[in-house]
Amino acid sequence: MSSTDEPKLYAAREPIFPRRVSGKFRTLKWWLMGLMLGVYYLTPWIRWDRGPQMPDQAVLLDLSTRRFFFFMIEIWPNEFYFVAGLLIMAGLGLFLFTSAAGRVWCGYACPQTVWTDLFILVERWVEGDRNARIRLHRQPWNWEKLIKNGIKWSIWLLIGLATGGAWVFYFTDAPTLMSNLIHGTAHPVAYLTMAVLTFTTFFFGGFAREQICIYACPWPRIQAAMMDEDTITIGYRSWRGEPRGKQTVAGNGDCIDCMACVNVCPMGIDIRNGQQLACITCGLCIDACDTTMDKIGKPRGLIGYLALTDEPLERAGQHDKPVWKHILRPRTILYTVLWAGIGVGLVVALFLRSNLDVSISPVRNPTHVVLSDGSIRNTYNMRLRNKHGEDRWFVFSATAGGDVTLALDGTEELRVLVKANETREQRLYVTAKAGTVAASAHHMPLRIWISDASGPTLPDTGGVIPKAERIYKDTIFNGKDD
Amino acid sequence: MCAKPIKQDPRDKVGTTGHNWDGIEELNNPLPRWWLWSFYACIAFALVYSVLYPAWPLIHGATPGILGASTRADVAVEIKRFDDLNAPIKAKLVAADLTAIEKDDGLKSYAMEAGKSIFATNCAPCHGAGAAGVQGKGYPNLLDNDWLYGGSIDAIHTTITHGVRNTVDPDARNVGIVMPAWSDKATGAMADAATTKLNDEQVGQVVNYVLKISGQTADEAKATAGAQIFADNCAACHGADGKGNRDMGAPNLTDAIWLYGGSEATLTQTISYGRAGVMPTWGYAPQGSAPRLSEDQIRAVAVYVHSLGGGE
Repeated sequence: MSSTDEPKLYAAREPIFPRRVSGKFRTLKWWLMGLMLGVYYLTPWIRWDRGPQMPDQAVLLDLSTRRFFFFMIEIWPNEFYFVAGLLIMAGLGLFLFTSAAGRVWCGYACPQTVWTDLFILVERWVEGDRNARIRLHRQPWNWEKLIKNGIKWSIWLLIGLATGGAWVFYFTDAPTLMSNLIHGTAHPVAYLTMAVLTFTTFFFGGFAREQICIYACPWPRIQAAMMDEDTITIGYRSWRGEPRGKQTVAGNGDCIDCMACVNVCPMGIDIRNGQQLACITCGLCIDACDTTMDKIGKPRGLIGYLALTDEPLERAGQHDKPVWKHILRPRTILYTVLWAGIGVGLVVALFLRSNLDVSISPVRNPTHVVLSDGSIRNTYNMRLRNKHGEDRWFVFSATAGGDVTLALDGTEELRVLVKANETREQRLYVTAKAGTVAASAHHMPLRIWISDASGPTLPDTGGVIPKAERIYKDTIFNGKDD
Repeated sequence: MCAKPIKQDPRDKVGTTGHNWDGIEELNNPLPRWWLWSFYACIAFALVYSVLYPAWPLIHGATPGILGASTRADVAVEIKRFDDLNAPIKAKLVAADLTAIEKDDGLKSYAMEAGKSIFATNCAPCHGAGAAGVQGKGYPNLLDNDWLYGGSIDAIHTTITHGVRNTVDPDARNVGIVMPAWSDKATGAMADAATTKLNDEQVGQVVNYVLKISGQTADEAKATAGAQIFADNCAACHGADGKGNRDMGAPNLTDAIWLYGGSEATLTQTISYGRAGVMPTWGYAPQGSAPRLSEDQIRAVAVYVHSLGGGE
């Protein structure tokens, strides 16, 4: 049944002019927007005293020294599993929220939604509400259109600049960078990053808008797998609204086809067509419809949050399932358990981690060396990380099934000084005398004890070293393999 | 997605592309036009790129592109840049007293890093990536505390610079000095170097003497007989006590470390047919050519080897 017209395979974007709306979801979105933009723009400016020689920025991704600072927490590169854990939690959190309440991320929290919302607000301030904007859009270019668009684009660009600017502040000391940026002495990468983010913010928020959600973002597709018939999402109660039309005509439903829900939609869709990929569940159509229902004296909720399992109940004139029954179901419980489990694990790991951080890797090429007196020596490469703000001595000892002696490369003593906030690579030699258990066994467990002694210089305590902290690392000692 | 089709019932309003397979029709949900334009833009980009940069493969190489871009040239520039950056520390390394290098943190860490990669490129084929040598093949283990020519930084530096028994470097260690073939069955140059010819029984006696002084199980009667043969023939190089002589690279026979192996069979082979390991020269070059390693590289690798655990 091909149409007689030549089918058009490509279509121009149809501009969308969302109308202003007020209501509880709009209010919620304003608050959330203020909160999230506030957090984003202001976080780099929060100060946090960590003592001398340490950055005093509360949240800092210091790429040059490879440290991540988050208030009292300091993450070193070898602890990247914390970041991995947070990312897994973010993923599971998205699964949880989506399976429970649909695309709340898209509708309320996604940066694309938040910045587009802000850009539409600017557009409305400059050009007026929906009808004025449509009129302006349709009229030919003249001074009014030029000036209004000029003002609008300028404000968008300023917002983009602030967005890109805030981004670079997360990576270095914000006040210093701000001063450098103003004086033109900042690193070119800072300017380049700001330029890219300014442009992408300007373009994505001002022009691409819903095209990003529909064509660029994979999440709308993935979410289909996260939702089921108990997921609470935005829907149109067609059994109540249809047939739509004038209230004066007998037999018509509650929908008077005022198009309010369509006119306020930032995605330009009609929620009355049912669930659709382009719907980001921002809730504005609920506000619009509720306003209309109030005006014509009908109950609210013709468009509202509901689950698919509610439809047969409502059609039969029964009450919806309670919200908690929708939300509490095996998959949401599973997501919550996984999410919380990883969260608890991360917190425990965070508080159990030591300021003394040592990793020991046995040299396996060769597994052991025979010395001239027949004793067996194993070599271990160690990374000693001093996370204190002061120089520390790392002191070594070992316990093993056999009698072994330790030696450090480059020093006669069994201790090395690691500078504040630095990593030192150090080789450790462990030797077992010929004929001992350790030297004859194929391999045996070896426990290396490391304690740290504070202070820039070792206090003279007659050989007794005051122990600040003591940890151990288990490894293997290889004996002569014959 | 343009707004229009969504507003209308797709079955009626979207229409089809006209494609029909066994009654299954393809709906026409049009792509956004900007997508088409970005596709054209990509094609335009590819055309411009292929003119400006190396792109089209030919039989030998590829079209060079009018900008003359070359990642090889970029790498060469980067290497040059690093060489220039390293020039001062290399000069310092060459000027420094050998024993002072390891006490200077900056010099040592440079020498260790440079030495590690020089070792991996040049030394590892014989001495192994882990510097453990090859047991039984005569490639010494550089990790232990037994050294044929000395384990001080100076001795290691000299050994690397000139090598051992090579025919190129007049200053090579042990030119003309070998472990000769003592067996009366042996023939050739190695046999000519021996002062005495030993028969199988005598070889067996010396072998047992060596087994004894190295703390292994030996036939006591044979060992006693072998002691005299050892004193007459072997002690000249290996010393009366068998502890070796570094001046001529004669190994210590009383310790637990063997270059070719300390078993009875291997010792019999070694004594009967001799040994003459060779190490190339790394610092000597005949007139008009460059040595395989420059002095700063030799020093770096000497520091690296000295720090492997057996350095003296």
